[in-house]
Amino acid sequence: MPILRLVLERIAYAFIVITAVLVLNFILVRLAPGDPAEVIAGESGGITEEILAAIRRDYGLDLPLHEQLWIYLGNAVQGDLGYSFYFNSPVVELVVSRMGPTILLILAATVIALFIGTALGVLASRNPEGLFSNFLTVASLIGYSAPAFWTGLMLIILFAFVVPLFPVAGLYDVTLSVGYFGRALDIAHHLVLPAFTLAIIYIAQYSRLARASMLEVLGSDYIRTARAKGVAERVVFFKHALRNAILPIITITGLHFGNLLSGAVLVEAVFNWPGLGTLAFDSLLRRDYTTILALLFFSALMVIVANLATDFCYRLADPRIKGKRG
Amino acid sequence: MPAADASSALLEVRNLQVDFRTRNGIAHVLDGIEFSLSKGEILGIVGESGCGKSMTALAIMGLVPTPPGRIAGGEIVYRGENLLKASKERMRRIRGNRISMIFQEPMTALNPVFTVGDQIAESIVLHQGLSRRAALDRAVELLREVHIPAPERRIGEFPHQLSGGMRQRIMIAIALACEPDILIADEPTTALDVTVQAQVFDLLLELQQDRDMAIVLITHDMGVIAEMTGRVLVMYAGRIIEAAAVDDLLENPQHPYTSGLIACVPQLSDEPEAEREALMEIPGVVPPLTELGVGCAFEPRCGFRMPVCVQSRPSPVAVGAGHSAACWLMEDADRQGADRQGADRRDGDRP
Ligand SMILES: Nc1ncnc2c1ncn2[C@@H]1O[C@H](COP(=O)(O)OP(=O)(O)O)[C@@H](O)[C@H]1O
Ligand code: SF4
Ligand SMILES: [Mg+2]
Repeated sequence: MPILRLVLERIAYAFIVITAVLVLNFILVRLAPGDPAEVIAGESGGITEEILAAIRRDYGLDLPLHEQLWIYLGNAVQGDLGYSFYFNSPVVELVVSRMGPTILLILAATVIALFIGTALGVLASRNPEGLFSNFLTVASLIGYSAPAFWTGLMLIILFAFVVPLFPVAGLYDVTLSVGYFGRALDIAHHLVLPAFTLAIIYIAQYSRLARASMLEVLGSDYIRTARAKGVAERVVFFKHALRNAILPIITITGLHFGNLLSGAVLVEAVFNWPGLGTLAFDSLLRRDYTTILALLFFSALMVIVANLATDFCYRLADPRIKGKRG
Repeated sequence: MPAADASSALLEVRNLQVDFRTRNGIAHVLDGIEFSLSKGEILGIVGESGCGKSMTALAIMGLVPTPPGRIAGGEIVYRGENLLKASKERMRRIRGNRISMIFQEPMTALNPVFTVGDQIAESIVLHQGLSRRAALDRAVELLREVHIPAPERRIGEFPHQLSGGMRQRIMIAIALACEPDILIADEPTTALDVTVQAQVFDLLLELQQDRDMAIVLITHDMGVIAEMTGRVLVMYAGRIIEAAAVDDLLENPQHPYTSGLIACVPQLSDEPEAEREALMEIPGVVPPLTELGVGCAFEPRCGFRMPVCVQSRPSPVAVGAGHSAACWLMEDADRQGADRQGADRRDGDRP
C-alpha cells in the first residue's frame, strides 16, 4: 500500500520536525541573556517577584536542564506552550484565535497568484516574442523586486484613497456587517487589498514560471504527436500542454508556503489584519518570547500541513509520481 | 522524375521547397523534392542525419514549424488535392485520419499525464465521432492488433509504465486508429534495441498488408531499406540525389553518395573485407545548408569530382526505368564510367 506507507512516512517526518522545533524553542530561551524566568515573562511591565517565582516553579527552572526539557515537552503534548503575560492569555489559545484570518489571507493570496500568474504566463507563451510577452517580462521583474510593504502602501493609496473601492484596514466593519452572509461579504471586501499585496510577488513569479514551462512543454515530442493526430491547436494548448505545464507550478506553490507566511507578517502589519502576522509583530516589539515561540511552532505546523497538501495535489496531477519518491 | 503513372498516385510531391530562417541566413532545408507514392506501396527515404527526411514528412503532415520554417514553393497533392493550399481545418481533418505519422522517440512521444487508452481514443473521437466509451473499446481492439498483451488492462496505464517497444506499438495503434491511406514512419526503431526493432518492422509489414496502406519509411539505415521497402529515395543536403526500385538501387547505385551508403552496410556490400573497412564511413560531413555553393553539395566529399561539379549543380537524370540520379557523372557517363569500380551504368533513357 504505497499511499498508506506515504502517509505514515509523512507523519513520522512531521513528528520529527515538530519535536525539533520544540527543542529549538527550549534552547533559545535558555540561551537568551539574563534570567530565563524574566525572558519567559517578557516585557509585559509590572512583573512581580510572585510571577517570576510562579514561572520558576512551573518551568522547573531550578531543576537540571534535561528535566526542564521533559517538563517543557510534556506540557507541549498537553497543548500547553506557556502563558503570555503581555496578552494575559495562554499562548495556544491566543495563536489559535488569530490563525483563521492568516490562513484566509494566505489561501486567498495563493489562489490569486496561481490563477492570475498562470493565466498571464500561459497567455504570454502563445506568442513568446510578442508585445504582451515582453511587457509581462518587464512587469514581472518589477512585481518581483517591489517589497510587499511598498506594494501595499501603493495599493492603499490607489484603491482606498484615489479610487476608494476597498477598505484600508481590518478584517470587517462592525457597522456594515449584517448577518452571517453580510459579514462574509464584508470580510471578502476587506481581504482584496492585503491578499493582492501578498500575491503580487507570486503573480510575478508564477507568470514567468508558467511562460517558461509552457514554452518548454510546447516544444516536446508529445505535443508534436498531438498535432499529428489532428488535435485542434486550442486543445493542444489548453489540454495537452497546460496539463503538463502546471506541474512545476504546483511544486513551487508548495515550497512557497513558508515564504507566504513570513510575507503575511508585513502585509498584516500594513493592513492591520488581525492574524498571526500582527500578533508576531506585537510580540516582537514586546519581546514576548512565549508568544513568539508559539508562533514559530504553529508556523512549522502549517508549513508541514501545506507541504503534505501539495504533495497529494502533485500526486493527483502527475501519474508518474505514484508510489515513487515517498 | 519518372513517376509510375501520375493519375494512380495517392500522393504526389512536386518541386517542394522548404526554407528556414537561421542565424546564418536562409537555409534551403528542402530544395526541389519530387516523388510520388502509390496505394499500398512502401517507399523508403534514406540519408544521413540532417538531410531533410523528417522535414519532408512534416511538410506532408502540414507540421513544418512556421516560423522559423516556411514552405517556399511546390505542391503536395493528395488524391487530387493540393495540401499546401488546404485550410488549417481541412489539414487537421486529414492529419491522424487519412495520413498518419509515427516518430523516432517512443519514450517521449506520448503525453505522460494521460492514459494510453485516452490517447488512442482521442483520435477516434476526433475523426470518427464515436463516444469516448466506444472509442475506448476500439482502442482495446487496436492494442490487440498491435499485439499488446492484456489490452484491457493496458488502456488504463500511463506511458511511463510501458517499455520503449510497447510505446512504439501504442504510437502505431494511434496512427492506425482511423485506417489511414498513408503512414509516415520516421525512423520508428532508431531508439529501440535490435530484437525490438525487428518486431516493430514485422508488425508494420503485417498491418500494411492487412490494410493495403502506403508507408513512407524514413531511415538512415540501408539495411532496413533493403529489407522493407519497394522503392527508395536517397536524400542529401535537402535534395533527392537518387531514386530507384530497391533492388536496382542496391545492385546498381549510380550516385557516388549512394554507393558510399551501401558500402557502409557489411551485409549489402560485396567488397573484400579490407576495402570495406576503408568505406565504413563516408569521409567528411554534410556542409551547413546555409553555405551550399552553386555546385554539387556532395562535391567536398566526393572521390569523383570534376571541375564542373563546383560550377553548377547537377539535376536528376533518368538512368534507367524508374531510376534517376543527380550527378554530373550521369551526364558524362562515357568519360567517367571507366573510373568507377563495379559501375555498370546505362547511358540511355534520357528524357
Ligand atoms: N527549427 C529549425 N531551425 C533551423 N533549421 C532546422 C530546424 N529544424 C530542422 N532544421 C534543419 O533542417 C535540416 C533537415 O532536418 P531533418 O529533416 O530533421 O533531418 P533528418 O530527419 O534527415 O535527420 C537540418 O539540416 C536541420 O538543421
Ligand atoms: S556531381 Fe560531381 S561531386 Fe557531385 S556526386 Fe557527382 S561527381 Fe561527385
Ligand atoms: Mg529525422
